Amino acid sequence: MREPPIVQVRGLRKIFPVKHAGGVSMLQALNGVDFEIARGETLGLVGESGSGKTTVGRVLVGLIPTTEGSVSLFGRDITGRDGKAALSAVRSRLQFVFQDPYAALNPRMRIGAAIAEPIDIAGTWSRKDRNDRVAELLELVGLPRSSIERFPHEFSGGQRQRIVIARALALDPEFVVCDEPVSALDVSMQAQIVNLLLDLQDRLGLSYLFIAHDLAVVRAVSTRIAVMYAGAIVETAPRRDIYTNPQHPYTRALLDAVPRADPDHVPSPVITGEVPSLLDPPSGCRFHPRCMQVMDRCRQEVPKLRSSGAGRRVACHLLDDAGVETTGAQPAVGQPS
Amino acid sequence: MNQPLLSIRNLTVEFHTDSGWIQAIDDVSLDVGEGECVGIVGESGSGKSVTALSILRLHDPVTTRLPSGAIDYRGTDLLRARGSALRKIRGREIAMIFQDPMSSLNPVLTIADQISETLRRHQGLDGATARKRVVELLSLVRIPDASRRADDYPHRLSGGMRQRVMIAMAIACRPRLLIADEPTTALDVTVQAQVLDLLRELRRELGMSVILITHDLGVIAEFAERVAVMYAGRVVEQAPVGALFRQPVHPYTRGLIDAVPGLDSEARRLTMIPGRIPGPQEMIPGCRFGPRCAWVQEDCRKAPPPMQPVSDRQSARCPPRVAALDVCDA
Repeated sequence: MREPPIVQVRGLRKIFPVKHAGGVSMLQALNGVDFEIARGETLGLVGESGSGKTTVGRVLVGLIPTTEGSVSLFGRDITGRDGKAALSAVRSRLQFVFQDPYAALNPRMRIGAAIAEPIDIAGTWSRKDRNDRVAELLELVGLPRSSIERFPHEFSGGQRQRIVIARALALDPEFVVCDEPVSALDVSMQAQIVNLLLDLQDRLGLSYLFIAHDLAVVRAVSTRIAVMYAGAIVETAPRRDIYTNPQHPYTRALLDAVPRADPDHVPSPVITGEVPSLLDPPSGCRFHPRCMQVMDRCRQEVPKLRSSGAGRRVACHLLDDAGVETTGAQPAVGQPS
Repeated sequence: MNQPLLSIRNLTVEFHTDSGWIQAIDDVSLDVGEGECVGIVGESGSGKSVTALSILRLHDPVTTRLPSGAIDYRGTDLLRARGSALRKIRGREIAMIFQDPMSSLNPVLTIADQISETLRRHQGLDGATARKRVVELLSLVRIPDASRRADDYPHRLSGGMRQRVMIAMAIACRPRLLIADEPTTALDVTVQAQVLDLLRELRRELGMSVILITHDLGVIAEFAERVAVMYAGRVVEQAPVGALFRQPVHPYTRGLIDAVPGLDSEARRLTMIPGRIPGPQEMIPGCRFGPRCAWVQEDCRKAPPPMQPVSDRQSARCPPRVAALDVCDA
């Protein structure tokens, strides 16, 4: 029998009240998000600013409460009536790596103390075990043991991200949410950190939710990819399919927008417009004002995320009539010529 | 070749810090032709922004010194020009846009106020004419509903729209040279593509030269005609964009190109450059890329390698690789 997924998200909605001079408005950050993450798997969650990807990550580790829907971690519902107890039971099994390694480390705390902080909070380790563990973690992320006595400002951005990763791994988590862990780093550092995360996954059997703002970096790390737009997942598929056969017009636009390191590549036409305000999202499909293949139906009816091939789901009216669910054949998406 | 519009010669820039004077830029030379788009690519700390700021002399004069070099702009040495001469060039002849449009815009002035400041100062337009021109400029950078948007404050605009406003301000006096310092780094990919598209069209319409500074080789490949690769304060390679990607000579250039995560690669790991870029206070004798280089030889550690031509338009600061190429060609 298949092992149940370690993360299961169902119908997740999150509304933030926003106060302003005229009263309070409701910002619909997440509007019905569903996904699962299996053990050892990496889900790449991709979206531009305002897509809700960071909110998903924060809800997942219990940093912010949900408005509606359920989140189960390791089979325990952290959003139900006993959510609090369930969350504290699983908390040591999950961790979070933030985008900005400059903001994530206390500038006045030595690296050894920073990495040991989760161990100290857990409070069950002997002094010797604790110190051994810190040394082991430094080695794991490729930093010299002498780093223990040093301060964050003595390290570059890439090295700081290694420190943040070491701290996240202190208590042997099984699931790590990585929120844009390489976006603030230079290209040559990005590759180092991505490869480190992959090595750690192989050695420790970690599962990741890897959040990113474009499709280039997630290609290397992900098993599966989910593309978000304005608070909802518009397409999810095994990694390869997203790049070779994107089904949602937004996924295609995101792919086209990535600048290629190839001077002979002719850039595709750029989609117009910007991500809508979530205080007043467009009716129907939230992507419709920017979609080159928009139909009347898209303006009224919200497309549901439905199966569109092996392991694939897409929320687009263009695919509704294709009948791909039964045949598994290539969906009849009109490729813009 | 015709006389270049801008010619940077042997520029060296030093900053004063707690530990004394440190060298941020070492012996940078770069030409920008009329109507040409030159890309400067490099990671943080490579000195690409310092080079750009030097052109307009935007450094703090107290903590910066320029012990050598010259920047020739149409017969004027910008490094030695008087304040009044410089003010005529800044914003009118040479304009600049920055990475973060929010901190470059004044939050308490409307868009129209800020753009018209340039027009009044350099072109002496009166209020009504300036305002008309502002609306034209906003339409030129494709801001929808320009006449209404002109009266908005910056916080009402999205990041992409703010960068368009910055561009409108920069091109207000039809500059001959636009310096764009990471103009799209803070933007989402689809918006980045829109802004690059816009810059491309404006370049064509206005015939201006552009210096584009970025850490993203993808942006360089799509936008620049000629490229200078910088590392730790030095230009390590210069080439037309096609040659740079087809035949990168310097090991750092090669490493940078390989490290770009591809959309078409099936590889699960990314190619990486080991180590990290040295800080300006770390004195590395010889080639500064040496400690990270797979090609490093004894001579590389002794003296800074000279810039050597590989072909008539490509040159690199790496004698071992240049020599290896000569052997292949022979």
